[in-house]
Amino acid sequence: MDIPYLTSLVIFAPTVGALLVLLMRSVDAIRWTALGTTAVTFLLSIGLYVGFDPSGSLANGPQLADLSAAWFPDAIDIKYFVGIDGLNLLLVMLTTLIGPIVVLSSWTYIESKHKGYYSLLLLLQTGITGVFCAFDLFLFYIFFELTLIPMYFIIGIWGGKERIYAAVKFVIYTLVGSLLMLVAIIYLGYQAGNAVNAGVFTADWYTLLEYNIPLGTQTWLFFLFALSFAIKVPLFPLHTWLPDAHVQAPTGGSVILAGVLLKMGTYGLVRFCLPLFPNVAQEYAMLFAVLAVIGIIYGALVARVQPDAKSLVAYSSVSHLGFVVLGIFAFTPEAMQGAIIQMVNHGLSTGALFLLVGMLYERRHTRLMDDYGGIAKSVPVLTFFMVFSVLASAGLPGLNGFVGEFLILLGAFKSTVVGSPVLIALATTGVILAAVYLLWMVYKTFFGALTNEANRDMADMNGREFALMAPLAALMLIIGFAPNPFLQKSEAATDFLLETMETKRMAVQKAADEAAPVAERLEITPDAAVDNAK
Amino acid sequence: MDLSEAYLTLWSDLDGVFSMALVSLVGLIVVVVDAFRNDHPSLPWMGAAALLASIGWELSVLGDAPGTALFGAVRTGGFAAFVNLIILVSGLLTIVLSVPYLDQLKRAYGEVYALILFATAGMIMLGTANTLISVFVGLETMSICLYIMTGLVREDEGSIESALKYFLLGAFSTGFFLYGIALLYGATGTMVLPEMAAGLEASGSTLLFWGGVALLLIGFMFKVSAVPFHMWTPDVYQGAPTTLTGYMSTASKASAFASLILVLFYALPTERWSLVLAFIAVVTMVLGNVLALSQPNVKRMLAYSSVAHAGYVLVGLTAASPAGYAGALYYLLVYAVMNIGAFGVMAFLEWDGKEGREQTLDSLAGIGFRRPALGASMGFFMFSLTGLPPLAGFTGKWFVFAPAVNAGLTWLVFIAVLMSAVSAYYYLRVVYVFWMLSPEDVPEAAEAQNAAFPVPASSIAVIVACAVTLLVLFVLSGNVMGFAEGLFEEAASMASMP
Repeated sequence: MDIPYLTSLVIFAPTVGALLVLLMRSVDAIRWTALGTTAVTFLLSIGLYVGFDPSGSLANGPQLADLSAAWFPDAIDIKYFVGIDGLNLLLVMLTTLIGPIVVLSSWTYIESKHKGYYSLLLLLQTGITGVFCAFDLFLFYIFFELTLIPMYFIIGIWGGKERIYAAVKFVIYTLVGSLLMLVAIIYLGYQAGNAVNAGVFTADWYTLLEYNIPLGTQTWLFFLFALSFAIKVPLFPLHTWLPDAHVQAPTGGSVILAGVLLKMGTYGLVRFCLPLFPNVAQEYAMLFAVLAVIGIIYGALVARVQPDAKSLVAYSSVSHLGFVVLGIFAFTPEAMQGAIIQMVNHGLSTGALFLLVGMLYERRHTRLMDDYGGIAKSVPVLTFFMVFSVLASAGLPGLNGFVGEFLILLGAFKSTVVGSPVLIALATTGVILAAVYLLWMVYKTFFGALTNEANRDMADMNGREFALMAPLAALMLIIGFAPNPFLQKSEAATDFLLETMETKRMAVQKAADEAAPVAERLEITPDAAVDNAK
Repeated sequence: MDLSEAYLTLWSDLDGVFSMALVSLVGLIVVVVDAFRNDHPSLPWMGAAALLASIGWELSVLGDAPGTALFGAVRTGGFAAFVNLIILVSGLLTIVLSVPYLDQLKRAYGEVYALILFATAGMIMLGTANTLISVFVGLETMSICLYIMTGLVREDEGSIESALKYFLLGAFSTGFFLYGIALLYGATGTMVLPEMAAGLEASGSTLLFWGGVALLLIGFMFKVSAVPFHMWTPDVYQGAPTTLTGYMSTASKASAFASLILVLFYALPTERWSLVLAFIAVVTMVLGNVLALSQPNVKRMLAYSSVAHAGYVLVGLTAASPAGYAGALYYLLVYAVMNIGAFGVMAFLEWDGKEGREQTLDSLAGIGFRRPALGASMGFFMFSLTGLPPLAGFTGKWFVFAPAVNAGLTWLVFIAVLMSAVSAYYYLRVVYVFWMLSPEDVPEAAEAQNAAFPVPASSIAVIVACAVTLLVLFVLSGNVMGFAEGLFEEAASMASMP
């Protein structure tokens, strides 16, 4: 099956759906259009999965690529350039899978202003898919920012009591980071253009990859990029927007936020920060690893004391994404692949947890764990899924969370860059702590004696809720038992990335070393010397 | 040259100044008709027709090579056409939006439309000036009309106060401007912009020259409301009738900036002024954005935001490159669309919430759901003013920031983007009050009456069209920018010719 422009179709099909939703009149028509669009998008994305050849080398460009002529005037090489490679395939699949699930989960949760909600949801999906598929830095930035407006409204209109505070905080936090990154993008584009693209500004990922950025420049560019992505991840201590946004957002918003939106940060680190600035990334890898581990432990400890089930899950995200960041900065193939699969795993299991907490909220309009207790008897199916997701999230062998965390910890242990046994040991405690707070939540909410009579007649999951949980649970099991088909997809890409990074790192280092004595003799800065040496 | 020959030249040059001539002529006709029937319903449409015809004309000459007309007084060709289009489109939008608004305001005076037309003619002269004399004539024609328009609501003390303030400060700045022109003439011996550099070389009186440049810059900075010459802006923008504020904040800014670009590009070939402009840009962006944060009234907030946006345009100018100038022009085009739209929305909402001058943003809580089209459009304008994709405000910022980075002014762009992040707060505030609060959440809104002025569908359509234009301009930004950049490359090669 060979569908032309498949990648672009997957990106923009939801936009078309959003426009269709605006034309619909009845609530049912709106819901079904949204569901239909996301389902079709998912089916299209299966074409991507099937059409992707994991052995294909990333060096020859992305697969299933769509490329346009330059969008801007001659002196600026910015274009529409999207494609699929081992780094983004699974994340695109995750996004398209989460799409229909979120629509289903909002079916009755959203009680007003359906048209706005579903069209924004679909628009958001376009933005996120675009972020993962973009191979042009400028295009990436546009999609990155495109996600802000829909999310702002989704939190701000359909959110809880403090929704406006949370929505504004979310946007301002992200915007400060991304605007600083914008300056870095402009600067990098011109520098790279002068060095490798005949003086023409460039934002093409492959062209940028050819440019070995001198050390001094690399440092501040890296930190601007890393800041923007670290806010998005969020990396401790930049995580403070996340609990607010999660707790206030409607269930659908939380699922998208935790499931895929946060991955834009970790994905950005893998796609841009590391390969473009390999020297600085390695030099400061320890800093990021330490922050990640602090995040793992801090997130876990704070999650343990939350009275609100949703904010518990929110803090568990801080903890779990710490693992992903640790894996990224370990610079070993195992850890990198673990990080990629863990992004997917976190999307599945945390998405599931948010969905389940949302279901409880829909029934009883409270998320405080004290208001529940012993409800396992009245909602056995929901309890089953909850226990299942919690175990996956806590990293039980045989379920998906284990695969990612194990690979990350193994890779990080072998790593020469962050290879500190103490650090890895501390990170490992995060796995134990996760089991503690998650099982505590399950125990307090579902088991023990029935503490609140109002919960006795609580309805169990209905067909719709079952339908949206089943694929998530199935995938958790499949990835847990047979991770290889999924890991294979990212293998070639990770190897290519790590090799490229090492080559680039050596080249920049060599240039800096050669330039150093010259610089002393002529009293010029190493940067200028590197430029001269070219 | 005898007189008849001069008349012949004038006649043959008419196609170079078609818009200016047509708009002035129709303005005169409006005045005459107005003398007999003050509220004749055809008055605005005569003006609109003239502007529409001029827009058509300018579109047809967009590709023309640069040249001059009226004995070298004004420039013609692509640059002039581009600037004129911004001005004319702003004028047209303003007239169309003003008709129902001024009617509801009970100020449907015919002379308003004559004033808009005369101001437009003045702006065209200012924005296409080739000599300092035409800069001055254009500037004054525009300003005097704007002073009167500000004081239109004669019984309202606020309106009178703002008009007087505008007039006095404006007259003051004109003094500086004129003195600057005198010094420049003394230093260079010419009034013609492209000849000034050579004139300076011949006379060598640099001190006089830079003194003149400084005074001239003060005059320009006043008109574009850059800090520290912005003091009049908030009062005037708040006091003037809202649709006319939209006109003032966009068209007059566009033409003053276009004129400044011509002066910088042709008369000041060295880049010594770049740091001065960078400094002004910094204080303008910082002060404008920070003061906008705490404004309870949207018009006043937009006034400070307009100060801030002058700062962003200045960032483009500091680059002193064709790309920077072109970026500034593109920004002004986008700014005209989004700001006229935003002021248009606020004009029609004036009878909602707390009425008129007392109106606070909070009293409009939840208005988005009562007036969805206006509310949604306001969302577009606010996000575009913040500079978020996929709206043209984003590419506008890109086009003024990128040349500045390329010119080595990265520090300036850092300040600019941080200030954009600050601005997000107050623009988002409008959006959430419109869409995320309900009247019950805000006591002010709950008790405010909603006299709900039935906005005509045609006006709503115009505003929605502005919002959609922002999407279109985003998609076409490469083409528009490419065209604008071409103008300067072409002009540079012209200028280098003897």
